[in-house]
Amino acid sequence: MLIFAVKRLAVAILVAITVSLLTFSMIYLSGDPAMALAGESATQQDIENIRRVYGYDKPIVIQYINWLGNALVGDFGHSHYLKTDVASVIFTRLPVTMTLGAAALSFALLLAIPLGVLAAMRPNTLIDRIALTLAVIGQALPSFWFALIMIYWFGIVWGMLPITGSASWLNFVMPSVALGYYVTPAVMRLTRAGMLDVLSSDYIRTARAKGLRPVAVLFKHALRNAVIPVVSLAAVQFGFMLGGSIVIETIFAINGLGQLAWESIQRADLPMMQAIVLVLACFYIVLTFLADLLNAFLDPRIRVG
Amino acid sequence: MGMIGKAGVPTASEILEPSSASLMRKRIFGHYGLMIGIGSLLVIFAIALLAPMLAPFDPLDQELSRKLIPPIWSGSAKATWVYPLGTDGLGRDYLSRLIYGSQISLLIGFSAMLISGVIGTTLGVLAGYFGGRVDMVVNFIITTRLSMPVVLVALAVVSLVGNSLWIVIWVLGLLIWDRFAVVVRSSTLQVRNLDYVAAAQAIGCSKMRIIFSEIMPNIMNNLIVVATVEMAHAIILEAALSFLGLGVQPPAPSWGLMISEGKGLMFFHPWLIGIPGAALFVLILAINLMGDGVRDVTAPENRN
Repeated sequence: MLIFAVKRLAVAILVAITVSLLTFSMIYLSGDPAMALAGESATQQDIENIRRVYGYDKPIVIQYINWLGNALVGDFGHSHYLKTDVASVIFTRLPVTMTLGAAALSFALLLAIPLGVLAAMRPNTLIDRIALTLAVIGQALPSFWFALIMIYWFGIVWGMLPITGSASWLNFVMPSVALGYYVTPAVMRLTRAGMLDVLSSDYIRTARAKGLRPVAVLFKHALRNAVIPVVSLAAVQFGFMLGGSIVIETIFAINGLGQLAWESIQRADLPMMQAIVLVLACFYIVLTFLADLLNAFLDPRIRVG
Repeated sequence: MGMIGKAGVPTASEILEPSSASLMRKRIFGHYGLMIGIGSLLVIFAIALLAPMLAPFDPLDQELSRKLIPPIWSGSAKATWVYPLGTDGLGRDYLSRLIYGSQISLLIGFSAMLISGVIGTTLGVLAGYFGGRVDMVVNFIITTRLSMPVVLVALAVVSLVGNSLWIVIWVLGLLIWDRFAVVVRSSTLQVRNLDYVAAAQAIGCSKMRIIFSEIMPNIMNNLIVVATVEMAHAIILEAALSFLGLGVQPPAPSWGLMISEGKGLMFFHPWLIGIPGAALFVLILAINLMGDGVRDVTAPENRN
């Protein structure tokens, strides 16, 4: 187990370094970052000044090492637009996006797991068909469109929910649904497949033969094993949701990391963009690392193989 | 006729041979989802091809005197059969824009899928066939790619490089190859240890030949399924990018852009976002139904 963990950690660190390299090179996509920053009316002198102040005149390798070294101690530089410390802005916005992600994931799991269990209990019946149809429809709904449809009905026509901001928990209802429903088909299918697999296994037959109550068999014996792969899927999806929240946060004007990313992209605020990409990527790397460890802990075949 | 066994029982080959092809045909035509998916996709494809003939107006033609005419089912007095789906805020015929929009979605979905398919399949086959170090490197590349948030990176890159239809296609294609690589790698792993690959090696076939004529045809079914998933994925991503204003640029009639333009007017004219969104939904649903159908028909044992 320890050897597996160390190996996996080494890979995670290497991935993080590669991602940081890619993120760093992003600023050179637009050509000369100093020129892009100075704007169209800048003189040659202005551009030279900016180049010196931001360190763009140093060799690229030195720039990268400086940037990474600072990032490691939580210093992502100064925002070109907000004229403040990038890290402090990110850390005030991050909790909002985490809350949204957690709420969206809870919604997805609370909907998908019961549906998957129901579908597996009665395979090829009406319930199963309905669950699978919902999954197919869910996968075809673009989330930004679904969000607008909800805003129209629940926000405007029926006036049940607030449509912008992040003042109370009510503000998070529609964004969570819009962000979370996209994950439900995958979780539901996995729960259903896992349950079908487990329910036909010998130990469940034994449990039933012993005369255990069906409810106990289902929840105590079957679901616990069927849900193991769902845990790692949920971890991975949580990472994807944090990255995908940019669209949802923009629509609902939620003051999180996604909206910050969107604003920074519009303002060509390179240090901020880089920092957000790096922070989100590192979150994903940590999440998948933890999910792999958990899986290896629960299923010995993984850590040996 | 000598095939019939001594007791008059037909041999296994006689039972299976005539039936497998017709069984397949029966499975394909008996699968409603697959039929509906392929049917709708063909209709949308035909609409895109015949757009110049089908569209009653020029999709870019603005006429402010006829702006915001509601669609015919609205029951409004302004609704007219001249503009069955109404007109947008600049007085452009919504039906014509919807028809031409299908070209953009299909072009982006198909091209991005091809680019990502080539990248992902190459990586996946290399990893699955050669294993060992190659596999380790490919796995590393896949993990790195997965940890980069797609929408965010796509938006950032497009904003820095500039946006045109082909830049969007290339950015999406270069970002969404991960599922191709994962699926092709595991399919290749399954196939490479089978007898016919060993036989091809034994008679001295080159590695390239084994990959192209032994492995590729046998992972084709899985490849088609992933291709449908990624085509749908690319179409949704393009719509999202255009919705945020960094994908296809106005005045092009991209469905995502139409939703974005209608957003500000949705309070009084909800159909402005309802119609292009419904078109996106139908297209993605058709592609997904086709993919699910291909999976069911070619590997019914994996249905659950």
